[in-house]
Amino acid sequence: MRLADPLVDWGWLGQHLGQLIHLALQHLELTAIAVGIGIVIAFPLAVLSYRHGRVYGPVSAVASLLYTIPALALFAFLVPYTGLTTLTAEVGLVSYTLLILIRNTVAGLASVPDDIKEAARGMGYTRRQQFWQVEVPLAMPVIIAGVRIATVTTIGLVTVTALIAEGGLGAYILLGIQQAFATPALAAAVGSVVLAVGADLLLLGAQRALTPWTRRSKTQALPIDPRELVARAPKG
Amino acid sequence: MIRLRDVSKRFPGARGAAVAGFSLEVAEGEIVVLVGPSGSGKTTILRMINRLIEPSGGTIEIEGTDVMQLQAVELRRRIGYVIQSVGLLPHRTVAQNMATVPRLMGWDKARTAARVTELAGMLELDSELLARYPSELSGGQRQRVGVARALGVDPPVLLMDEPFGAVDPIVRGRLQEQLLALQGRIRKTIVLVTHDIDEAMRLGDRIAIINTGGALEQYATPEEILRAPATPFVADFIGAERGLKRLALAPVKSIEADPGPVVHPSTGVAEATATMAAHGLDWAAVVGPGGELIGWVDPASLEGRATVADAEARPFLATVSPADSLRDALDAIVTNQTHVAAVIDAGRYCGILTLERVSTGLADR
Repeated sequence: MRLADPLVDWGWLGQHLGQLIHLALQHLELTAIAVGIGIVIAFPLAVLSYRHGRVYGPVSAVASLLYTIPALALFAFLVPYTGLTTLTAEVGLVSYTLLILIRNTVAGLASVPDDIKEAARGMGYTRRQQFWQVEVPLAMPVIIAGVRIATVTTIGLVTVTALIAEGGLGAYILLGIQQAFATPALAAAVGSVVLAVGADLLLLGAQRALTPWTRRSKTQALPIDPRELVARAPKG
Repeated sequence: MIRLRDVSKRFPGARGAAVAGFSLEVAEGEIVVLVGPSGSGKTTILRMINRLIEPSGGTIEIEGTDVMQLQAVELRRRIGYVIQSVGLLPHRTVAQNMATVPRLMGWDKARTAARVTELAGMLELDSELLARYPSELSGGQRQRVGVARALGVDPPVLLMDEPFGAVDPIVRGRLQEQLLALQGRIRKTIVLVTHDIDEAMRLGDRIAIINTGGALEQYATPEEILRAPATPFVADFIGAERGLKRLALAPVKSIEADPGPVVHPSTGVAEATATMAAHGLDWAAVVGPGGELIGWVDPASLEGRATVADAEARPFLATVSPADSLRDALDAIVTNQTHVAAVIDAGRYCGILTLERVSTGLADR
């Protein structure tokens, strides 16, 4: 860092605003693709794990293993095969979403009360109808909670992919380090945090919109029907 | 009509059969209660009827059709099902819950909406409740929505598994009354499981008392079971106070009321006193010109008067109607100073019941 410089060079920032927005959009794109593909891979694995307990152990073990590999090491391993490409970046990013998405989806499905499934079966839902119309909607709050964590984590991780010439806002962080110039790094860091908070709030809003019953149940009605109160009053 | 013939169920890995060779016929429009201790297999029997549990042997017919000939899903849609925890779908509103089976059966919107409105009326559910989620209802309301949902496509058969087990006794009593009132109108064939013999006595047209392994100890009306328990197990299961329970089941109209000493406001005092003496009693009921009960008088209150109208008639503290139980009559007898229960039908005096009359009447039944 050039010590004489102010922490934020507003002039530089003004000149590079367009570029900053471009990087932020790229950042979001990398995140959306990663979480999207993550869901597509995690959901069937989670359903399989939920239905067949034996599958859950191995699936969970592999997802955990992927999650523990340091990002840098993973990219170092992948680059010889897939090069400095978006593919390399996404393989890494997707693999980090899997553990959270699988675990939350399984937990969500497992949280559906047995008596509700029993009632649905007794009512004449087919297995498929019961799964899509009863179990998945009721698991949704927990599944979306997983998507929120995965999204926020991925937004942070995307910056690392700058090392393999991707990285969205990460490119400015790298630039800041290379040129010992705080402004781009700071702008990218703040931008990344704003994206994470924004995405989290957006998903929270989506969850509320998708699961209206979870909101209304907090404003519980009277536990007792007023007419029942009348019946409770001693006679005469 | 439901016919179970030699039905058995053996769960994989279990030592004995949960249900062995169980046979039962449920007449159309009747409530049959399966009652027994836990482990008797009563719930297993119920759940075999809609094939939530597949029978290992025997046949189950509903209105002449073997349940195994239908797809399990089809079968369940044609049978109403109510469980203890209700199991309303928490993510669907009350109206959507009630529309569950119509929707599965592919009814169109207009027909479904009309049915939901009709069901809400039948179960006395306010229309403002229809847009709520189940978590916003009281326990009693949830239970009623559960019954409404089970009646969605107007199935001829209703299966109820401990339907009132999860609500407090006061609400349970009201729900039982409502079920009986509803049944009076819709006449479904209902099989209900409970472990509560009093609930069974109250709701059942017929009761099947089941022992471990689905052994049918007795299948009869509540009255018959109380009068003549078939086995020591039944006698033990129905418990103490058999006589009182019988009184609770028998209506006042099942015994002929004694006309008793009756005088009218216009009756002269001498004639009134003679009427009392003729009955060997020291009181007489005062009945007005329209047949209405005014109260009762005794010789002391008539002293120095010309007619009964001049005396002040004292009211009967407790009266009963023909539909009340003999237990209510007994209560009235011990409450009234005259030691009788006056029977009033729609305002008209029908006669009196004495302790002796109640006990001989019960013995004759």
